[in-house]
Amino acid sequence: MSMSITNILVCGIGGQGVMTATEILAEAALSLGFDVKKTEVAGMSQRGGVVTSHLRFGARVLSPQIAPGDADLLVGFEAAETLRWVHMLRPGAEVLTNVGRIVPPVVNSGRYDYPDDPVAQMAALGLTVHAFDATAIALELGEIRLGNTVMLGAMADQLPFPDDVLEQAVLARFAKRKPQLLELNREAFARGRAAVAVAGA
Amino acid sequence: MAVVQPAPAHSRQFLSGNEAVARAAWDAGVRVAAAYPGTPSTEILEVLARYPDLYTEWSVNEKVSLEVALGASMVGARALCAMKHVGLNVASDALMTLTVTGVEGGLVIVVADDVGMSSSQNEQDSRFWGRFAHLPVLEPADSQEAYTLTRAAFALSEQFRTAVIVRLTTRICHVKGAVTAGEREVAEPSGFEKDPPRWVMVPGHAKPRLPLMFDREAALRDAAEASEFNVLEPGKDTRVGFVTSGPAGMHVLEAFPDAPVLRLGFSYPPPIERIRALAAQVERLVVVEETEPLLETELKAVGIDCHGKDILPRLGELPPSILAPAIGRLLRGEAPVEVARPAPQPVFPRPPTLCVACPHLGVYYTLSQLRNVIISGDIGCYTLGAGHPWNALDTCISMGASMGMALGMDKGRGEKDANKKIVAVIGDSTFMHMGMQGLLDITYNRGNVTILLLDNRTVGMTGGQDNPATGRDIHGMEAPRVDLAQLCEALGVRRERIRKLDPYELPTLFKALREETRIDEPSVIITDRPCVLIGEYKPTQAYRVIDDSCTGCGNCLDVGCPAIHVTRRGEETKPSGKVVDLAFVRIDTAACTGCGLCVQPCAPDAIVHAQNVQPLSFMRKSGSEA
Repeated sequence: MSMSITNILVCGIGGQGVMTATEILAEAALSLGFDVKKTEVAGMSQRGGVVTSHLRFGARVLSPQIAPGDADLLVGFEAAETLRWVHMLRPGAEVLTNVGRIVPPVVNSGRYDYPDDPVAQMAALGLTVHAFDATAIALELGEIRLGNTVMLGAMADQLPFPDDVLEQAVLARFAKRKPQLLELNREAFARGRAAVAVAGA
Repeated sequence: MAVVQPAPAHSRQFLSGNEAVARAAWDAGVRVAAAYPGTPSTEILEVLARYPDLYTEWSVNEKVSLEVALGASMVGARALCAMKHVGLNVASDALMTLTVTGVEGGLVIVVADDVGMSSSQNEQDSRFWGRFAHLPVLEPADSQEAYTLTRAAFALSEQFRTAVIVRLTTRICHVKGAVTAGEREVAEPSGFEKDPPRWVMVPGHAKPRLPLMFDREAALRDAAEASEFNVLEPGKDTRVGFVTSGPAGMHVLEAFPDAPVLRLGFSYPPPIERIRALAAQVERLVVVEETEPLLETELKAVGIDCHGKDILPRLGELPPSILAPAIGRLLRGEAPVEVARPAPQPVFPRPPTLCVACPHLGVYYTLSQLRNVIISGDIGCYTLGAGHPWNALDTCISMGASMGMALGMDKGRGEKDANKKIVAVIGDSTFMHMGMQGLLDITYNRGNVTILLLDNRTVGMTGGQDNPATGRDIHGMEAPRVDLAQLCEALGVRRERIRKLDPYELPTLFKALREETRIDEPSVIITDRPCVLIGEYKPTQAYRVIDDSCTGCGNCLDVGCPAIHVTRRGEETKPSGKVVDLAFVRIDTAACTGCGLCVQPCAPDAIVHAQNVQPLSFMRKSGSEA
C-alpha cells in the first residue's frame, strides 16, 4: 500500500458517535488539502451493534478500506471494541482507547464473558496503548454524548495535523449547529487531550 | 425539515455516494424523485428532499416509486427512483415493461446492492436486471463518479429514450469522498403526448416494440464501446490485466498500481472490443466483479480467455486484502507468504439489539411467554425478536411475507401442528409496503391467523422515516394519516377482532394475545407506542434496583432491555433439591427512560424509581448517526 496514506480506524458501538467523530477528523484532513475517503458500515449498527469507521487521507486515496495490518492509529470508544480490532494495526502503531465499558445483553445473559482487562491484553501484544476513561470524563461534564469530543481531544496530538486544526474542526461544527454547547465541547476536547498526556504509553 | 441551499457549483464537497447521487439528480434538473427507504440507499431521497424546486416522496413501496418516476417521465420530466437491491425485485413488474415502452423525460433507477450484507436478508447482483430488461447499467467507483455517472445517466436516458440503471453498492453509498459538482440545468417538461401504440402495452402494441428494444440495446453496445466512462488505466506490468467495475475498481488500482486496468463505468452492454484489445496486451486477463460472474461469463461466451470466480470469491466485497493473495497465487501457483501481524483477538459478539425501552420489547417478552405458537415474522427492527432472550420470531423472508406465510402455514398444517396458534408480526410501514395484500388474502380465504401490527409510527430500521401512518410527509410536514384499525377493517377483519393496545402493559397484551389466538378467525392487535428514537417518544423518570431486595431471579432479564446489567451471579438449591442459577442486576439509570417494562415481571418488587435522575440521551438518535 502507498506509504503516503494515513490510515485511522475508529471503532465503538452504534449510538456512541463513532461516525460523527470520524466525520470531523475527515473535515480536518480535507481542510488541509488532503484527498480523503471515509467508509463505514451503517444500517443495523444503530441498534447497539459494532461500528467501525475507516479514514484514509493522503495525496490520492483509491480504496476506502484499510487493509488488516495497515492501520496507523486505532481509536476505540469502548474497551472491548478496541481489542476486537487490534489485528488491523501495522507493527508499531498506537492505540487510543476509552476504558469505559458497554456490556451487551449477550454478556449480561451469561452466554459470553467480557474480557477481564482489555487494555492489559492489548499491552501484552506489544502495542503502545493510551488508555483513559472518556466515559467518566463525559459524565463529569454532565452529558455522556460529550464522549466523542473527549475522544477527538485524545487524538489531537497523535495526528499529522498542525496544532489546533482538529479542535477548530470540532468547534466549527458546534458553532454552526449548537452554539450553547461550544464551551462544553471545548472543555471536553481539552480534557481528552490532557488524559492522553497523563496516560502516557 | 428545512430546505437547504445546496453548496455552489464547482466547490469541493465531502459527500457520500448517496449524497453525490442526490446532488447530481438535483443538478440534472430532476423534477420528481421517489423511493421507499432501504439500507444502503435511504439517504438519496433524504438528501434530495432538502433541496428546493423539485418534488420528492416516500412511496409506499419500490414498485410504486418506479411507477411514479415513470409517470413523470411520460409527461416529459426528468425523474429518479432509488431503492436497495431487494426493492428492484418488487419494482421489477413495472421495469420489465417500461423497457418496452421506453421513456420520455430522463428516467434513472438507482439501485444499491448490499454487497457484504451489512443490513439485508440476501446478497444479490442488480446488474442482472440490465441484462434481463435490456437496460444500460452504469457503475460508479466512488463519490465523484457517483455524481458524474448519475448526471450522465440522465443524458443517456434521453439520448436512447430508455431508463438507465445506476448500480451502487454499500461501499459506494456509505463512503465519503471529495466531489466537485457542476452547474445545474433545468428543462421544462415536454408534455404528455397521447400515443397508445407507445404507452398502452397490449400485445398488439408491445409486439412491434420488442425489435426496437433490441435495436436500442445494439446501439447502446456501440455507445459503451465509445464511452469516456470506460477508462483504461495503463500499466507496465502486463503479467495480469484487469477488467473491473464499481468499488472493486478502486481496490484493483490500490492493489496493483503497475497493472493495466480497464474500469467500466458504463458496464452494460459490455464494451467487448475494448476488453478484447486489453486481453491481447496482457498475459492473463482477470475479471474483478462484485458479486456474480456476469461479465466473466459474457467474455468467455465471445471467446475471450479470462479468470474470475475461479480465483476470486463469489460472495462479498473484493478489497485489496482478498485480491492481492488471489493474484499472487495465480502468478506463482502457490499461496503467498503471510505477513506476520497480530491475530484477531477473541471478543464476544455484539449483535444489534432492540433499544432501551423499545416498545417491541413488550411484544417479544409477551410472545416468549406463549407456548405452542408459530410466529411468522417480517422485515424491520422487530426481526431482532428472533434473537436472545425472546426467541420469538420464526421466519423472515421478504417485505410483507409474514402475512401470506402465516396463511400458508394455517392451510398447510397437519396433525403435528394442529394445536399450534399462528401469529404474524409486522410493522406499520412494512404492512403498508406489502402486508396489506397479504392480510386481504387471509380474510378472503378465511385464514386463522392472529396479526400483531407493531405501529411505532416510523420506519425504524432505516433511521426513522415517515410513512402514510405517521401523518407526516418526507419533509416532516403534516400529511393525510391512514387509520390502521379502519384499514384492517376495510380489508375484511371484523371490527370486534381489531384491538389497539399499549405494548408496555404486559398483562393486557398477554391476555389479548391469548384470547385472540383462541378465536378461529383473523384478528389484528395493533400496538400503539412510538419508536424511542423519534421525537414523539417522551422519556420519563428512570428506574433503579434496590440491591438488598433483588433476589437474583433474573425475570427482568427476559425483557431483553440493554439497560439491565448483571452485577453478580450465584446458585440456589431449592427445597426440592433443584439448583437454579441466580443473576443479580442493576439498571443503568443514565440509559433507562422509565418505560417500566422490567418492573412488571420483577418478583420481589426490587425495581423502583431512581430519585431525581433524569434520563440522559445515550442510545438516542443524534443527528446523522443513523
